[in-house]
Amino acid sequence: MNALLATVRRDILLALRRKSEVLTAVFFFVIVTSLFPLGIGPEPVLLKKIAPGILWVAALLATLLGLPRLFAADHVDGTLEQMALSPSSLGLLVAGKILAHWLLCGLPLVLLAPVLGLQFDLDASALGILTLALLLGTPLLSLIGAIGAALTLGVRGGGVLLALLVLPLYIPALIFGAGAVEAHIAGLGAGGHLSLLAAMLALAVFFAPWATTAALRIALE
Amino acid sequence: MRQSIVHWFKFASPQSFYPLAGRMIPWFWAAAAIFGIAGLWISFFVAPTDAQQGEGYRIIFVHVPASWMSMFIYLVMAFWAGLGLALNTRVSGMMAQALAPTGALMAALSLLTGALWGKPMWGAWWVWDARLTSELILFFLYLGFMALQAAIDDPRRADKAGAILALVGVVNIPIIYFSVKWWNTLHQGSTINLNKAPSMAQTMLWGMMLMALAFWMYSIAMALMRVRAIILERERHTEWVKHAVE
Amino acid sequence: MQWNSVGDFFAMGGYALYVWGSFGACALLMIAEPFLARRRLSEARRLLARERLADELDLQQKNP
Repeated sequence: MNALLATVRRDILLALRRKSEVLTAVFFFVIVTSLFPLGIGPEPVLLKKIAPGILWVAALLATLLGLPRLFAADHVDGTLEQMALSPSSLGLLVAGKILAHWLLCGLPLVLLAPVLGLQFDLDASALGILTLALLLGTPLLSLIGAIGAALTLGVRGGGVLLALLVLPLYIPALIFGAGAVEAHIAGLGAGGHLSLLAAMLALAVFFAPWATTAALRIALE
Repeated sequence: MRQSIVHWFKFASPQSFYPLAGRMIPWFWAAAAIFGIAGLWISFFVAPTDAQQGEGYRIIFVHVPASWMSMFIYLVMAFWAGLGLALNTRVSGMMAQALAPTGALMAALSLLTGALWGKPMWGAWWVWDARLTSELILFFLYLGFMALQAAIDDPRRADKAGAILALVGVVNIPIIYFSVKWWNTLHQGSTINLNKAPSMAQTMLWGMMLMALAFWMYSIAMALMRVRAIILERERHTEWVKHAVE
Repeated sequence: MQWNSVGDFFAMGGYALYVWGSFGACALLMIAEPFLARRRLSEARRLLARERLADELDLQQKNP
């Protein structure tokens, strides 16, 4: 457990030294969501209807933006190999790296989403559901994305390939995440969507670090 | 018993699998042709005109087999990939790689015939129906698998990375299907069920089964053909390959 | 048999474009795919034959 926390601490410290990389993803999120009203028109009824989908798709893409860097730097300077050889299990260290990625790339999106939701005329309770759905969903995105990042580590055209591998796997998160807000707005209650999202998160917490570790070992061979 | 296991493992080496595959291919082509001809005969000359959809329903005889095969091939591909990962047999990874393009083709055919069916029945080439959407996502999964394998130069790493992706995909497919279905029922309006044929005549079912068998045999023959090419490409520098190709 | 004439058969009750489009697309792609696979196989064979020829020439040059 200490190893996990140490990895999280290390990755966050490293990222804070190069703030621009973290901020890029956040700015991307803000700009993409702001582009949609400009492309579609300022009609509040329509914007309110498409808001959950837009915010979620933008969050997916913003998460994707940070993924290639998840293991790349450590792979290049050999840290990853040291991690694989270290006495603490690689799975734990990988889990730490994923957690750090979420804290740096996912959590800012969760915190920004309610502010951006205001652009789309969402009311307070819908904003709450949106934030909650993203809080459950963004770690899921980081976990699934980590598998893709490990598989494409050091591979030709890694970034685009990563998107091709990971985006189809993001679809359930998108459907339930955006669906939660839509269901809430429609007065159906978001409980079912949120609990399914939580169930998927639990499943991913269990399996994703394991699959990521296996993929990393293959990349390191 | 032990002898037979050893016997089977013998074919796990590319050297003995290459000629075996070569011998099996004509048989699978023959089976595909026989089932195909019988299936086509039933689909066009025996199966009656549908009461609601007229002759347009006959697309079912290629659409449904293509959809079935696209899903089935993904499972088989994941099975071979997993086997390769677990037992470290070389042919398994090659089989997975050989199956992927055929699976992608089946998914593409399913989408294409689905669109051609949808146009006269729904009045639109594409409807965000749960089945069509899942099929589209399956097509994306195939593309991802093939792109990943193509991007990695070391074939052993390509096999293993592809195997992990295929296994992750297999775990995800039920979740994706369920989520798309949920999404579809939530957004009512376009829920006309394509494959709901309440009074499907017995002959229609027979036609579909025979066509599915034909597609199945075709897929096996294709996979074997492609695996032979892959074996030659990968084992280029081994002694046996130099002697195998006289 | 429900077709009165050949023309009737090809008309497919007005669904000709869709029915023949579907079957035609399947036939086209399922003929093209084996053709491509066969070409890949013969390409691999050709490459191997060339490599072997190069090996033999090498050998001849070393011990004439």
